[in-house]
Amino acid sequence: MQFSDFDPLKGKRLQVLTPDGEVDPKLLPDFDDDTLRTFFRHMLAARLVDRQCMALQREGRLGTYPPLEGQEACQVGSTMALAATDWIVPSFRELAATLVRGVPLEMILLYWMGNEEGSRIPRDFRLLPVSIPVGTHTLHAVGMAMALRYRQEAGAVVCYFGDGATSEGDFHEAMTFAGVRRAPVVFFCQNNAWAISVPRKIQCAAETLAAKGVGYGMPGIQIDGNDPFAVYLATRTALQQARAGGGPTFIEAVTYRLGPHTTSDDPSRYREDAEVERMRALEPLVRFRRFLEKRGLWSQGWEEGLVRELEEWIEAAVRQAEAHPGPRPQDVFDHMFAELPPHLARQRAELLAAHAGEE
Amino acid sequence: MAVLNLVEAINRALREELEADSSVLLLGEDVGKEGGVFRVTEGLQQAFGEERVIDTPLAESGIVGVAFGMALLGLRPVAELQFMGFLPPALDQIISHVGRIRNRSRGEYTAPLVIRMPYGGGIHAPEHHSESNEAILAHIPGIKVVIPSTPADALGLLKSAIRDPDPVLFLEPKRIYRAVKGEVPDGEHLVPLGRARLVRPGRDVTLVAWGAMVREAEKAAGELAGEGVEAEILDPRTVSPLDAEAIITSVKKTGRCVVVHEAPRTCGLGAEISALLMEAALLHLRAPVLRVTGFDTVMPLPKGEHFYLPDAGRIVGAVRQAMNF
Ligand SMILES: Cc1ncc(C[n+]2csc(CCOP(=O)(O)OP(=O)(O)O)c2C)c(N)n1
Repeated sequence: MQFSDFDPLKGKRLQVLTPDGEVDPKLLPDFDDDTLRTFFRHMLAARLVDRQCMALQREGRLGTYPPLEGQEACQVGSTMALAATDWIVPSFRELAATLVRGVPLEMILLYWMGNEEGSRIPRDFRLLPVSIPVGTHTLHAVGMAMALRYRQEAGAVVCYFGDGATSEGDFHEAMTFAGVRRAPVVFFCQNNAWAISVPRKIQCAAETLAAKGVGYGMPGIQIDGNDPFAVYLATRTALQQARAGGGPTFIEAVTYRLGPHTTSDDPSRYREDAEVERMRALEPLVRFRRFLEKRGLWSQGWEEGLVRELEEWIEAAVRQAEAHPGPRPQDVFDHMFAELPPHLARQRAELLAAHAGEE
Repeated sequence: MAVLNLVEAINRALREELEADSSVLLLGEDVGKEGGVFRVTEGLQQAFGEERVIDTPLAESGIVGVAFGMALLGLRPVAELQFMGFLPPALDQIISHVGRIRNRSRGEYTAPLVIRMPYGGGIHAPEHHSESNEAILAHIPGIKVVIPSTPADALGLLKSAIRDPDPVLFLEPKRIYRAVKGEVPDGEHLVPLGRARLVRPGRDVTLVAWGAMVREAEKAAGELAGEGVEAEILDPRTVSPLDAEAIITSVKKTGRCVVVHEAPRTCGLGAEISALLMEAALLHLRAPVLRVTGFDTVMPLPKGEHFYLPDAGRIVGAVRQAMNF
């Protein structure tokens, strides 16, 4: 795959797997059956966890939560293309990417339950904690990429963000730095059509977001973001280039956010149900199921078994997260500095005294 | 008189100003179709159209910088930032340009714009959704910083802010957006900027509190009354410029002062008020000015926020300390 074959300025978009489950054999990487099933398993796992998070939030057991339903192919396809030495810089909707990287589900749940301990992701995972301010983390990815190259470490950085993030000033500074320094970074934009209530066309007057790559001196490519193979292929190619010193890439994955923006949002105020129904037919799990079935790799029974297994895993993780004793007053202070300064020590003592004997 | 909550009062103020003056317009993320993430601008785009109530790209520096440009040519934009936690990208525009243009151009250009944003904790929000950065803002020359604590004040202060010839930052305590209801006068109701409100008269101690902390101060005053301590509560309503005279007058009467804010303590407005009293009322003080504040830490996520936020109990404790000094 050459990025030049998919010039976004000529209206080109990369797709390997059609909504009917057909593949372009010239483009499909040589996956064995197990790997193909793994793609599906990861997407299904994310889907089930996501639905459980929505349910838990409705029951008051989880805080505000940003669902990813519909974006599974973007995240699973791209993270399947990563090497263990590559880094992930997520925004806040990267549940699937985080799970594929192997972060324990109970940690992810703990974070969305409102406990900072869920963000204590060991460095070995090479995945930063959630970043809530939109777009600001794109610069961190560039800095990390520059650091990897300076230290001659293996690997590249993949940074995830939404279509809305491409409007923020920091995003443009990140693209500028990455282009100029030829940093080994892949900007992965999940264009899910909406930034809360604001449609993609109100974020940017350009025909495609992918064209932004061109403006900053790097390849930009628009891909079908509900096609895990297109996502995989574009990410893998971009990473290979980045690791080989070829500089950054901007990937615009066109997908669709099927659910609300977060659990505090009511999408019926700004979009038609008919739009969502139309997009449901194109969502990645439906499409991938068709593909597997055509290859004789899918059966109802197999998926049901998978669902049972995943549900047990989810239940155990929820139990574990909910069994966490919760923060203690000292936790408010103890991670502010390496060494507690005197004014914080005083404030800490004050708070501890107020909560003495509560344990 | 109508009984409204804060959200409804702010909505009414915006509606009335949009109606009264065609140079007023609103802009921000999700303010149009969605009516804002807290529904504060609900119905306004339907009523006034997309040219007057503008859904913008996701870009805070852009929103404020563009509003500033509009204001330079005589419009009166009211920009919304979704949460105070997302103010930082816009601070560059506020500090570098909005607060300086009148002075820079020796009065030739002015920036009569309003920047509204929900602020404060206590709603079990994710990271960056609970900030109280009013002291940072009060430190910036050339802007006014307003914080209402009742629906009537929200309406009257916002209308004054929109009509003010200078830039005003209007901070909305989201914890009491719907939790506090109150009577709002019918017809034209304006509350002047820069004047404190006497929430409750008292003789023994002055509690200075704003935003959602007024409610905590009122709870504390109720409890203290049971102990025979009469607390006076002052809500400055505008933290920049601060109604120093009202605070000094009150403390000269009571001889004691406890400042309550949920923002971090160090360099918070409590320090400013305390210094003010040292300068102007030292010999009237019967106890040191005390502060009940948030800590100098990152505001915790929902599971830990109760550790952080000042409450009536902490205020009562400080008042007892001042009484027994
Ligand atoms: C700097 C900043 N401004 C505003 C917000 C509030 N906010 C959270 S998510 C969001 C929309 C993000 O849209 P997009 O970047 O397209 O990503 P998506 O949520 O669609 O995945 C907004 C406005 C924020 N988190 N950060």
